[in-house]
Amino acid sequence: MELKRNVSLASALRYKGQGPMLTFILHRIGGLGMAIFITVHILASFMGGKTGVFLNSIYENWLFQIFIFFCVLFHAINGLRITIVDLFPKLLVHQREAIWVEWAVFIPLFAIAVFVIIRTAGG
Amino acid sequence: MATTKPRTLPLSKRGLNFEMFMWLFTRLSALGMYALILFAIMGALFMGARNDMNFADVLRWGFMPSTTHVQSTNVPDLAPWSTPFWRLTASALLLLAVAHGVHGLVVITDDYIVTARGRLIVRYISIAMMISMSLIGLYVLWTS
Repeated sequence: MELKRNVSLASALRYKGQGPMLTFILHRIGGLGMAIFITVHILASFMGGKTGVFLNSIYENWLFQIFIFFCVLFHAINGLRITIVDLFPKLLVHQREAIWVEWAVFIPLFAIAVFVIIRTAGG
Repeated sequence: MATTKPRTLPLSKRGLNFEMFMWLFTRLSALGMYALILFAIMGALFMGARNDMNFADVLRWGFMPSTTHVQSTNVPDLAPWSTPFWRLTASALLLLAVAHGVHGLVVITDDYIVTARGRLIVRYISIAMMISMSLIGLYVLWTS
């Protein structure tokens, strides 16, 4: 199952896949971010003690909350589009419209969350 | 486009191997997690979150209905938030999320690790990670 890739990293970064490519990359960043930080979060809660409390205090920080909310919300909303399109392949022709709808749902929801987080952090 | 033959084969001719099964599992577990998240958000609203929690805190509870996610809010009584019922909901969400997430990591590493040996090692690591994170997560959920 070995395969040779003829695409260098530099040309992969220059690939202009536009909307769908952007959602693909953000989906990946979001998934990877969640996998790493939720693993650390569970381990920190398990350990407790000074290290655990310190690690979990990072999660209370408003900057970190904005980042992790971006990961979670984007992954959830983009994942819903992928699930619907994959389970009903006939809808694939509406791919680009679906991505616009996705942004229309994501941006207001994320904006409200960021507003609330910043206002709570500001006291 | 209407005249071209569909390029997808029926399931009986495609066969259902493990990767195909995991592909389907990723989608179905996502649907399951949406259901559980919506359920937890609705539960929070029924338990009076409208007055004591802000939008971000409700989502935080929704994505993992664990008591520790309510402690920093203005909710006066944590007892209804730490019932076995909610712990079971959180456990279901945790198990689905760990399986979905670890498989996602395997999919990502497969894009960069292309030797058969490397991919086998990644699979062993992923199985170990899946089992250990499930157990540790369940321990945290049921003892907090």
